[in-house]
Amino acid sequence: MNALKNSIRDFLRYPSALFGLAIIFILLGIAVYALATIPYSEAVRLWRGGEDVWYQNPKYAAPLWYNFFSSKKEPVSFSVNTTDHGMTKTVTSNSKDISTVDITYSFDYKYDTLPQEMSLYFTSTYKDKLPFVSIVWLTPDGRKIKIANTVADHKLTYRFSQDLKLQKSLRSENVMQALFSDPKVKDSPPIKGEYQLLITGTTFEAASDLDAQFVFHGDLFGLAGTDKYRRDLMLPLLYGTPIALAFGLLAALGTALLTMVIAAIGTWYGGWVDELIQRITEVNLVLPFLAILIMVGTFYSRSIWLMLGVTILLSIFSGQIKTYRAIFLQSKESSYIEAARAYGASSSRIIFTYLIPRMVPLLIPALVSSVPSFVFLEASLAVLGLGDPVLPTWGKVIDDAFSDGALYQGRYYWVLEPAILLMVTGLGFAMLGFALDRIFNPRLRDV
Amino acid sequence: MATEPLAAPALSSPVVKKTFANSTFMRMVRYTAVRLFTMAITVTIGVYLTIMIANMGGYVDTIMRNEIRDNTTQSMLANPSFRNLAPDELKKLIQQKIASEEQRLGLNQPFAIRSINYLRNSLVLNLGRSLNMTSDNGSKEVRLILLERLPATLLLTGSSELILFFASVFIALSLSRRYGSWLDKLTIAFSPTSAAPPWFYGIFFILIFAAVLKVLPFGGLVDSPPPNNKIDYGLSVLKHLILPASAVIISSIFLSIYNWRTFFLIYSSEDYVEMAKAKGLPPRDVERRYILRPTLPTIITNFALLVITLWTGFTITETVFLWPGLGITLFRAIGLYDTPVIVGSTIIYAYLLAFTVFLLDFVYALVDPRVKVGSGSSQ
Repeated sequence: MNALKNSIRDFLRYPSALFGLAIIFILLGIAVYALATIPYSEAVRLWRGGEDVWYQNPKYAAPLWYNFFSSKKEPVSFSVNTTDHGMTKTVTSNSKDISTVDITYSFDYKYDTLPQEMSLYFTSTYKDKLPFVSIVWLTPDGRKIKIANTVADHKLTYRFSQDLKLQKSLRSENVMQALFSDPKVKDSPPIKGEYQLLITGTTFEAASDLDAQFVFHGDLFGLAGTDKYRRDLMLPLLYGTPIALAFGLLAALGTALLTMVIAAIGTWYGGWVDELIQRITEVNLVLPFLAILIMVGTFYSRSIWLMLGVTILLSIFSGQIKTYRAIFLQSKESSYIEAARAYGASSSRIIFTYLIPRMVPLLIPALVSSVPSFVFLEASLAVLGLGDPVLPTWGKVIDDAFSDGALYQGRYYWVLEPAILLMVTGLGFAMLGFALDRIFNPRLRDV
Repeated sequence: MATEPLAAPALSSPVVKKTFANSTFMRMVRYTAVRLFTMAITVTIGVYLTIMIANMGGYVDTIMRNEIRDNTTQSMLANPSFRNLAPDELKKLIQQKIASEEQRLGLNQPFAIRSINYLRNSLVLNLGRSLNMTSDNGSKEVRLILLERLPATLLLTGSSELILFFASVFIALSLSRRYGSWLDKLTIAFSPTSAAPPWFYGIFFILIFAAVLKVLPFGGLVDSPPPNNKIDYGLSVLKHLILPASAVIISSIFLSIYNWRTFFLIYSSEDYVEMAKAKGLPPRDVERRYILRPTLPTIITNFALLVITLWTGFTITETVFLWPGLGITLFRAIGLYDTPVIVGSTIIYAYLLAFTVFLLDFVYALVDPRVKVGSGSSQ
């Protein structure tokens, strides 16, 4: 009890240890939150789903807080729907079969640049007679622009920029420019103020109905932004946390424990067992670690759990085994082991209850300090294009950003967000491990 | 019985009467022979394992056979000069072509035999010809492919690792003299930053110096088009070297200084150092004779192991900086299932490592009079 108290007091002497521990707890919190709110299959669907899942998001959108640091305010994306009453919808029945559906949406535009694109997604129910839709755009300076008149199929997607008729009537190929800025001044910035979208639908059957979704693609999206496939980066940032922690912790734990057990068994039995373990260690030294991981990833499978297994397998027989062996050789001769032998304890009992527990103080700092290297290993494999193909991880985001030239194009958020998370994770474990090392190794305490 | 005192053969050196059979010379010869023998076996097993993994125990053969069949059939069917042939004849021709292609790549032999051939050839450093890769000069010799990339890799690894090593040893030595100073504390505080690998700092450096400040290039070895003038060419390479080299240095310098500093501090608290200080020797002499001398074996070991890792290159850092070195070549070779290149790169590393470890035993004996070759201090 006293020893524990002392350890805790020692621990409190290191602010970096507390800081590292705080980071680790925050990360664990994020990991639990991510796993609780997004089930595995949902995460994979959101990450690999395709345009059907991501159509509401703009391409290459920077995060919302970008406007904080920039004097030029960029438009923020949004999407509104009649089904959840984001857009007002009124139905007036004119005669027995014919009714009018009025859908209006007005929004305040207070940004300095033009949006990427606007789209309308109509869904309608009818038997034989298709509903008719006309779309009108009202600007703050009082212009009224007819956008389109069309029949609405069961599912109709209308994209403002891709309508050639609209381009012709606006006499401009840049529809957004024509809709948002003064037509008399060339290349003028968008006019700020309230814009209104009026959709008038006419249905020709009693049971016929019309719903619409208005998707506005600005230059900013969400707290994390999006990538080139319109994926919300919040998903990999959140979901990458449990994956990174699981990979790092499992690899560190597996490696440390197995190394210790094998070293203990080798020293205890000695003879050919010890000799064999030493030879395997030497052979392993010759094997190219990263190259083997790359080969396994290229030839066999890029599943993160296979990579984890191979990583542990290759890391067990490292130089660490020799360090442990030297210490076990000493403690093997100590009197409490002799006492255990004298009362007839079995070899496995001696190894697991007498030899190994004494090494725990040595094991813990080494274990914690080795976590960052495994977390970064997972990211490194992803940067080489060998990340798990279905899982959203931090490394994959960096890889995507890099192969798309994000740094050349100035999309720094894309690289910085996962990189900072990796850095914070690495620092958290490294700081804690460092302090633990100094607490448990008295030889280091004073230096 | 498990109660016998257990020790590896090399470790046991019971005190026996001195005869010719256990004289220094004989002991050395015996030790050298045993050591060489075990090393040869180690290298052989290591290389054979690499060959097996690089071929996935023969599975890569199947991949390659399918690839050959596809490519040959496609190219024959697309070739207009074969269009007039009867289908039977064309089929026969395709079969012949596939067979000859398989023979060229040695696929007509069973894998077990081929793996032994691979092993024998690589052990005598007959690296052979690559399957798909070519050097920039168009040669398929593995030796030439590797040699072509060696200068670029050695430039990057050599410059960064040597600066890193010497800077950290000397800074650590001076810090150990002034331990507890704010500079010392700063180093300790910064040492957790070494948790991140070089490529990670590389990304930040590219962002800051190439993308935002636009003062240094994003990557590559030399400007495009390369300058004609030799001096300009050299300067251009140096300019491209700055970012990757500093990424490597920054990523481990703090931890490296911290480790060396702790190591030196432990040695400077030895009694004989206190004694030397008490005698009034100048600090420089104390450092050189009483601290550096006993730590020399460790310094040499670290340096030797560092020198051989220079050969492997930094695969990921090279990928991030598009540095045309051996690391990136190995990565590409794996992507192309090019076993000879993979094995060639491994065997050279294995030999260098085995040779260095072997040599180190003798170096220890030279620099440290307490160590005798073969007397059991085999690390």
